[in-house]
Amino acid sequence: MYAAIVFLPLIGCLIAGLFRKQIGARAAMFVTTGLLFVSAGLSIITFAQVAWGGVETQIVLLPWFSIGDFQASWTIRVDMLTAVMLVVVTSVSSLVHLYSIGYMEEDPDQARFFSYLSLFTFAMLMLVTADDLLQLFFGWEGVGLASYLLIGFWYKKPSANAAAIKAFVTNRVGDFGFALGVMATFAVFGTIEFDAIFSAIANDAAVTPLWSEQSSAVSETSISFLGMEFAALELIGFLLFIGAMGKSAQFFLHVWLPDAMEGPTPVSALIHAATMVTAGVFLVCRMWQVYDAAPYASMLVTIIGAVTALYAATVGVAQNDIKRVVAYSTCSQLGYMFFAAGVGAYGAAMFHLFTHAFFKALLFLGSGAVIHGLHHEQDMRLMGGVRSKMPWTWAMMIIGTLALTGVGLPMGAGLGYGFSGFFSKDTIIEAAYFAGEAGNEVGMFAFWMGVIAAFLTSFYSWRLIFMTFHGRYRGPSEVLAHAHDAPWVMRAPLVILSIGALFAGAAFFSSFVGDRSEAFWRGSVPAAHASAEGHGAADAYLEQADNTHAEDMQHETDASAAAPTVTAEEAEDEHSAGGAAAPHAVEADHHAEAADDHGGGHHPPEWVRWTPFGVTIAGFLIAVWAYLLNEGLGARIAARGGPLHAFLYNKWYFDQLYNATLVRGARGLGDLFWKGGDQKIIDGLGPNGVAAAAAFAGRRQSKSQTGYLYHYAFVMLLGVAAFASWVLFTASNSGAPS
Amino acid sequence: MDVATLLGDLRLAAPELTLAGGAMALLMVGVLFGERLQIIASVALALAVTLGAGLALASSSAFGEDGGANLFAFAATGLASLIAFLGARPAGPINGAAASFLVAAGALAIIPAPEGVEAAFNGAFAVDGLSSFAKVVIALSGAASLVMAARYLVGERLAKFEFSVLVMLAVMGMLMMVSARDLIALYIGLEMQSLALYVLAAFNRDSVRASEAGLKYFVLGALSSGLLLYGSSLIYGFTGSTQFVEIAAAVGEEPSIGLLFGLVFLMCGVAFKISAAPFHMWTPDVYEGAPTPVTALFSAAPKMAAMVLFARALYEPFPEIAADWRQIIMALAALSMAVGSFGALAQRNIKRLMAYSSIGNMGFALVALSAGTREGLEGLLIYMTIYLVSTTGIFACILAMRRREGMVEKIEDLAGLSRSHPGLAVAMTMLLFSVAGIPPLAGFFGKFFAFLPAAEAGLWPLVIFAVVMSVVSAFYYLRLIRLMWFDQPAQPLVAAPRELGFIAGLSAFAMFPLFIAPFVAAPGRALVETAAGALF
Amino acid sequence: MLLQTIAFYTLAITAVTAALLVVAARNPVRSVMWLILTFFSAAGLFVLIGAEFLAMLLVVVYVGAVAVLFLFVVMMLDVDFVELKQGFLQYLPLGALIALILAAELVFVGVGRTALGGGAEGVFGAGANAGAASNIEAIGEVLYDRYVYFFQAAGLILLVAMIGAIVLTLRHRENVKRQNIADQVARRRKDAVTLVDPQPGEGI
Repeated sequence: MYAAIVFLPLIGCLIAGLFRKQIGARAAMFVTTGLLFVSAGLSIITFAQVAWGGVETQIVLLPWFSIGDFQASWTIRVDMLTAVMLVVVTSVSSLVHLYSIGYMEEDPDQARFFSYLSLFTFAMLMLVTADDLLQLFFGWEGVGLASYLLIGFWYKKPSANAAAIKAFVTNRVGDFGFALGVMATFAVFGTIEFDAIFSAIANDAAVTPLWSEQSSAVSETSISFLGMEFAALELIGFLLFIGAMGKSAQFFLHVWLPDAMEGPTPVSALIHAATMVTAGVFLVCRMWQVYDAAPYASMLVTIIGAVTALYAATVGVAQNDIKRVVAYSTCSQLGYMFFAAGVGAYGAAMFHLFTHAFFKALLFLGSGAVIHGLHHEQDMRLMGGVRSKMPWTWAMMIIGTLALTGVGLPMGAGLGYGFSGFFSKDTIIEAAYFAGEAGNEVGMFAFWMGVIAAFLTSFYSWRLIFMTFHGRYRGPSEVLAHAHDAPWVMRAPLVILSIGALFAGAAFFSSFVGDRSEAFWRGSVPAAHASAEGHGAADAYLEQADNTHAEDMQHETDASAAAPTVTAEEAEDEHSAGGAAAPHAVEADHHAEAADDHGGGHHPPEWVRWTPFGVTIAGFLIAVWAYLLNEGLGARIAARGGPLHAFLYNKWYFDQLYNATLVRGARGLGDLFWKGGDQKIIDGLGPNGVAAAAAFAGRRQSKSQTGYLYHYAFVMLLGVAAFASWVLFTASNSGAPS
Repeated sequence: MDVATLLGDLRLAAPELTLAGGAMALLMVGVLFGERLQIIASVALALAVTLGAGLALASSSAFGEDGGANLFAFAATGLASLIAFLGARPAGPINGAAASFLVAAGALAIIPAPEGVEAAFNGAFAVDGLSSFAKVVIALSGAASLVMAARYLVGERLAKFEFSVLVMLAVMGMLMMVSARDLIALYIGLEMQSLALYVLAAFNRDSVRASEAGLKYFVLGALSSGLLLYGSSLIYGFTGSTQFVEIAAAVGEEPSIGLLFGLVFLMCGVAFKISAAPFHMWTPDVYEGAPTPVTALFSAAPKMAAMVLFARALYEPFPEIAADWRQIIMALAALSMAVGSFGALAQRNIKRLMAYSSIGNMGFALVALSAGTREGLEGLLIYMTIYLVSTTGIFACILAMRRREGMVEKIEDLAGLSRSHPGLAVAMTMLLFSVAGIPPLAGFFGKFFAFLPAAEAGLWPLVIFAVVMSVVSAFYYLRLIRLMWFDQPAQPLVAAPRELGFIAGLSAFAMFPLFIAPFVAAPGRALVETAAGALF
Repeated sequence: MLLQTIAFYTLAITAVTAALLVVAARNPVRSVMWLILTFFSAAGLFVLIGAEFLAMLLVVVYVGAVAVLFLFVVMMLDVDFVELKQGFLQYLPLGALIALILAAELVFVGVGRTALGGGAEGVFGAGANAGAASNIEAIGEVLYDRYVYFFQAAGLILLVAMIGAIVLTLRHRENVKRQNIADQVARRRKDAVTLVDPQPGEGI
């Protein structure tokens, strides 16, 4: 079944790609979409099996490489982390397939498009089911390729081509880091299989790095890189994170993602919102043991994530292209996920990934519906007031926006009530706060960044809604006349996704990060926020958690027994005495940890819980004021220019900066090497000189081929005589004249 | 020798017997029956032999008790023969039947000798891993050349049944060569192969160039046979035996100079067959003059046979004096690589170019042989197998170079192939890249495995020279590629026949080790290791 | 023994001299004649070592058949051999040098071996067991038993040569009536016989 999940999309891709002429575009579309839905169904079954049945397997499909100690095979690894990703990937992908049937209706190249989509899905599934870093890298490159193909799908458009190349090249930078990370892993551990690496880290086992004869414990192994000594795990974590930065469009390597919006909108929804860009988050969560044991690498993850969250949100405020706003929002949300992972809240990161997939895909597909309805108009300045023309789309977008901005009431049982983004985002922000509380220097930084970004998120999201659907229509009137809601084939996916955006958070909250998380993740990511306690103690903590957990299972029947540690019980007692506002699981968890550290219990102050809510409302109100009540205010600000607006509008001038330094520098360097080094020195002396000599030798050689038989025979005899003499000579010389 | 022994020995020679019997039967069919009856008789014959081979294979111990494997072996034989039959069919039913005979012979060569038996006919005829491996490769290569020849022969009005009979007999000679474990057996195998090839070279007897090619090949071949016989007689004289095993026992640490002399003459004789410089002079003329499918045959199967023969004739009787013959091999290798690489630079005719290419490739293969170790032999087998596959593919492309008015063989005629025949151009590009040794393709690994043992044996100068020469040789392969992709098309070629496209595509596909490695790497490697183990 | 020794040297010297003259003779017909003399001397040498049957075979086959065939070919071809040999002198010095070197090396080999005095038993050891049986029996024993593989394979080589000769030379001339076996085999009654029903009194 697992193999079917992974390979059905490949089959679809091959059918649509190779036989598109034979079966026609319609058949290609339905075959790929159908296969994807089967795959999605199987994924949901798998999810259920793994989440509630506890099935975890590794299926070896084929041996791949076996070079000395280097072993790799094609394997399907199914654990909870994979199962979550399977559901996200296949469900969003199948909905996007369905949606594309409508969206790409008029495109002449439908079969190619669907083939690429399925190819992407296959590669993504290979990535998430990988059991070692090499297969993960295969999937990683596969999705990169598919992304390149899809961004440049309309290859006749120069901007699309440029964007595709930009995405590819930027990703190459990250992939280089990733590849180095894989090599470093192999060099340190002698293996690239996850289980072997994790158990080595967990036991702090003695490893013998490739470059040395002596073995040392993992935590004490160091590696010299660029002339400096690094702790091996730090370096591995750092290098792998560079890969994750590239794929997930984090700060410095984010420049490709907004441009990637040149691709068709379903592609943006599938690849550049819901799935591929989360591969980096997935990687960090998959390798969480490494990051847990590498405090500095984690810090970097946190800082980059937090900075990205804020940066992208600021840029999103000033964009006018509807898809770019959503794209920057994606960038920003990915930042949230990263800093969650950075502070050790891997469950929260995955939870946000899960919910984000639904509402961001919803937003993208909604934008797509708007664009589709308005004759491929993407500029929000030329929209407005189309709510009455497309009420369905408006409703869906509202749901998506509510989910994205994380609207919800932080009161009542559990975390509270709200849309899915509320649960995941607030969990992350609180996790950052706890990390900061527990002494993680960057935790508090991330917390404040997250809060500010939440405010901006709310602002730009509502700005998008108001500019698009409300107010007065600003575009050409004939377009408005034809504006319409999307057809059902496009609307159905929106409805399904909106259900996810509405309820996914509430439904899975306890499983992902709440009181059932221990049983849910089963060690594929840490259930509690292990590193909130400080990274050094992570291992000890885990061990303790495991031990005590086993005991707990025996004598605790109360399902609400939140934390697995012994001290948690005290905390709980305290709280239940506290009354009806029972603390939710995460708090209890933290509480327990905090108790470990500080010897006293306290839970997040009420202001921490209410702050995100407050800033969200604030952002909404400002957006209402600027774009609904005083319509045109935003446009006037933009028109007046101002350095801040220009700074934001031009995305902090990153593109210009890169262009001026890297691109031009590389071109200059290339010119120098090409004209000076290669053409003059190397070509002159090397190829051209040697080639001339070789050509001369060749002519001489063919001249000796006279065609006369006796010449040939003569040469043969000459050879015989020469060899015989030689043997005679050497044999007599070697003292065996017999 | 009692009857039981004889029968046992004959069973071990099943591939050769199949070919001998098949050749004579087809000769009879060809001479006695008209076109109409040929079809029935040939089909019946081919069917009978294929069924026989499949049954023998299925019932042999190699496949154990497993019923499924038996069925698989049976079906595989039948299917392969059928493909060969259909591919070679256009030149007449006898060609088709001959192709399926060759496939059947290759299948029969898989059957291993019974436990404890390593040779037949009083030790003159080796049946071991090495011979099995080489026989399968050679027989399949022979079948491929028959398939490739079919339409050419019809087009050039050369479709005579003797062609297939001669190819079968030549292949039989090659099979005898790889099994030769005795100086006489060596000579007989070599002559069987050569004589048939002389005739094939001159097969287009109305063409002056073909006749000249055949004559040159014949006279120089006779000279080389003389050298070889003279060397054999010296070896026999100084060791008292013609059998490799007994020669090995008689050769001491300090061989007599007469023995070394004999060895030198023997090596020169064999070097002629693999067209190693300085015994290569016949190659360009013969390759150019002979009909193209015959050239395709020349450049593939006989090279493998002679190389395996070379390895066996050096490793089995003369391991003690490896230091002496190694020098000669190194000299042959270095000269061949130089001649092959530089000679090809100035060629205009693609068949002539391929002649130099094969000279150079034999030089590369000899580098592996010069290591004198088991790994060296493995490298040789890997290199030769990859070379055979790629050269067959390239010749399939060359055979597809046909204009409306006839075959063309100037390299300029390849210009713009990418536009008129994109599939063919891609296949040929892959094959040329592979032969040039560009890394991800199989040819690179062939060279890698060929040079590595020599480097490990400390022959660094030779290895470095080999690498430099492969860079030089890459130049003219790349020139062909440039012609195909970047030059203005000449007059368009006519569409390539199906079977040529099939063979070219198949061999080009086989050049992607990453695609096929997971499926063949480990078993293929094991096969080569078993084959090389036969001599160590 | 003395007589045998004298006979051996006489025959051996004749054989070598005649062989030299085969190459050196200007007239090809004479070359063939010298060749016949070489064969005869070799046959004499065979008789000396007691291999009468081989000697007889050599005379019958080589002299009686092969050499005569050569003669026919040489006389029928009518080639101007003088012209062919024109380039001969041009390459003589270098060729002679190579020949000299090779010859010197071979002599060196021979001398080295004689000096060591080894090998004679080994060389003739193979034929030693033939003593008991008659010549023909011994040959039969080796040829049809021990060397049956070589014998049969050699037969096949001759077959290849025959096929080759036919393929390269046989020409079907136009307008020549010849027997077509295939047609004859394929002939059916209806091709050859037509039944007509003649009316009485009309004839056919």
